Amino acid sequence: MSAPRWLIAPAALGLALVVLPLVALIVRLDWTSVPAAIASPEALSALTLSLVTAAAATGVCVVLGVPLALLIARAESRLAGVLRAVVTLPLVLPPLVGGIALLFLLGRTGLVGASLDAVGIRIPFTTGAVVIAQSFVALPFLVIAVEGAFRTAGVRYEQVAATLGASRWTTFRRVTLPLVAPSLVAGIVLCFARALGEFGATALFAGNQEGVTRTMPLAIYTAFNGGGIGQSTAIALSLLLVAVAILVLLAMRSWREDVAL
Amino acid sequence: MTGLTANVAARRGAFTLDVDLHAPSARTLAVLGPNGAGKSTLLDVLVGRLRPERGEVRVGDRVLSDAAERIHVPPERRRVGLLSQAPSLFPHLSAQENVAFAPRAGGASRIGAREEAVRLLDAVGLRGLEGRRPARLSGGQQQRVALARALAARPDVLLLDEPFSALDVSTAADMRMLTAETLERTGTTAVVVTHDVVDALSLGHSCVVLDAGRVVDGGDLASVLGMPRSPFVAALAGMNLLAGAAAGDGVVHTDDGRVLRGHEIGVLRPGDRAFAAFPPAAVRLEHTGVVGSAPSARVTHLAAMVEGWELGTAGIRVRFRDGLLADVPPAEFASLRLRRGDRVRLVVPPEAVSVYAAGEPVCGADETSATVHDVGRGRLR
Repeated sequence: MSAPRWLIAPAALGLALVVLPLVALIVRLDWTSVPAAIASPEALSALTLSLVTAAAATGVCVVLGVPLALLIARAESRLAGVLRAVVTLPLVLPPLVGGIALLFLLGRTGLVGASLDAVGIRIPFTTGAVVIAQSFVALPFLVIAVEGAFRTAGVRYEQVAATLGASRWTTFRRVTLPLVAPSLVAGIVLCFARALGEFGATALFAGNQEGVTRTMPLAIYTAFNGGGIGQSTAIALSLLLVAVAILVLLAMRSWREDVAL
Repeated sequence: MTGLTANVAARRGAFTLDVDLHAPSARTLAVLGPNGAGKSTLLDVLVGRLRPERGEVRVGDRVLSDAAERIHVPPERRRVGLLSQAPSLFPHLSAQENVAFAPRAGGASRIGAREEAVRLLDAVGLRGLEGRRPARLSGGQQQRVALARALAARPDVLLLDEPFSALDVSTAADMRMLTAETLERTGTTAVVVTHDVVDALSLGHSCVVLDAGRVVDGGDLASVLGMPRSPFVAALAGMNLLAGAAAGDGVVHTDDGRVLRGHEIGVLRPGDRAFAAFPPAAVRLEHTGVVGSAPSARVTHLAAMVEGWELGTAGIRVRFRDGLLADVPPAEFASLRLRRGDRVRLVVPPEAVSVYAAGEPVCGADETSATVHDVGRGRLR
C-alpha cells in the first residue's frame, strides 16, 4: 500500500530543508578560490587534525562503548532503562554544556583535573582534550546502535557456544561480536561522523589553537568570522567537510553490504 | 566409564524437579514426559544453566554439580553437548566453520579443525555443502550440521532436546536414523528428551518417564510401553489403561466399577492395586441391546458412550467419553452406523488384556495412586 497522497507535501518540504541549505552553499561558492583554500596549510592542518582526532575518538568509543552496550543489553530491564538514559545524555545535552562540564571535571581546578594538575598532567586545550570532547558527544551513537543489536541477538547463540566448550571470551569474540557486526559498523560510522562535526564541546574544553585543537569545524568558524582567511575559504572548507561526510556514508553502505549476512 | 548419573533436585519458580536417573556409558537414555513434566528443567540442570538445590550430577567419576560441596562446573567446561529442536547454527559462519567451531575453541589448529569438520559433515551426508551459510541450507540439512557440530566437541554426554520435532515427517525419519547410527558408531553416551515415542524407540536403550518433576516409571522400553503405568505412557504406547484392584485369576475390578478379565503378568495377590492395559485394535464394538456374545470367561464387556472418531493407523479410531479407544475396520464401522452419544459395548478378549501390579520399582505408592486417579477419569493427552 502506498502512503496517503497528502503526505507528499510535508515530505517534500522536509527534503528541501535538508538539501536546500547545501545547494545555497554550493551556489555561493567561488569555485576559483577552492583549490587555494583547500590546499592552504591552515586547511590541511585542520583537516588532518580532524581526521586523526575523530578516528581516535571513534577508537575510544568502540573500546569503551561495546562493553558498555553489552552490559546494558544483558542488564535486567529496569537497570538497563536507567543506564540507557544516562548514556544518551550527551545526545540531548547542548555540546556547549558538555564542554563546560568537561572543564569542571578535568580543568586545572576541576574535580579530577586538580589532582591531575598536581602530578603535572594538564588535559584542557590539548589535542587529547579534543579527542575526549569528541568521544563524549559521539559515544551515545555507538552504544545505542550496538546495544540494540546485542539485545536482538539474544543469548541463544552464546548458550550454544558454551555447550560446544567455548570460553566466554572466545564466545564473545567469535559469536557475540560477529553477530552485531552490521550494527557495529553503522555505529562506528555515525560515531565518526559525529566526532568529525563536533564543535561546541571542543571549543570550550579544547580551545581553538591552530595545529593543536583547531579542527575543521573550528577552522570554518574562525574563517567565517573573518579570522585570517575569509568567508569564501569557510565555504570551501565546509564543502570539504560535507564531501568527507558523504564519503563516510558511502563507505558505510558498501561496508554494511559486505558484513550483512 | 563415562555414564551420566544425575540424582538431583532443582527449583525453578514454583516448579520442583526431583529425579534420580542414569545413562550408562555409550548408551542412550530416553526421557519421556508430557509438556510441563520438567524436561527442560532437567536439561538446564544437566547442561549447567541451572544450579541444583540438592544432589549431584556426575559423568563417570567427574563431578559436574554437587550441591553439598557447592561444586558447579559452568556449561563451557562440562563436556556436555546439546542438540536442540532448533539447529541454532551460527548464522555468520559456513556449515564447515560451524562444525569447526568447537575444535577451534578447544585449541585445535585451523587445518586440523577443518579436516575434522569436513569428515563429520561427510558422515552426516553433507559432502559438497561445506561452504554454505545456514540460511542457504534446508531445515533438515541445518539439523545435520547441528548434529555434526555437537559431535565435533567430543562431548562426554550428548543431550538431545526434541531433536526432530521441528522437521517434517520424512526428514525427521531420516534424521532419526542418522542420529541413531551416528550415536551408535561414535559410542556416545546420550540423553534424548522427547514426547515422541518414535524418538525413544529409535534412539533409546532404556527410558524413564517424567511427570510433574518426578520419575514415575522407567526401565527397558518394551516393559515400560508394554505395561504403562500412567495415562501419558498409555497414550504413547497407544494402549487403553484402566486402574483398579486385582480380584484373582486375571480379573480386575476397576475404580469406575467395571470388571475386566485379562492375563496376569508377574505376582499379583487379590486386593493388590493393579493396572489393566489393552490395545484399541483388540476391541470389538456392539450396540447395546443387540444380542451378542454374553460376558464370560472368554470375553469382557465394557459399556461406553461414543464421543467421536477419526482415521487411525489401524482403521477408524473411535473415542469414548471415558477416554477409552477402539480401532475398528472401516467396513465394520460402516455397519455399526455409530452416532455421537450412542451407548455401545466394548468386547475385549482376555488374551489382549495385560494385568499387572500398580506398585512398580521406581516410584512410591502415593504418586501411583495420584496417577491412577486420573486414569479412572479418562485418558490424559
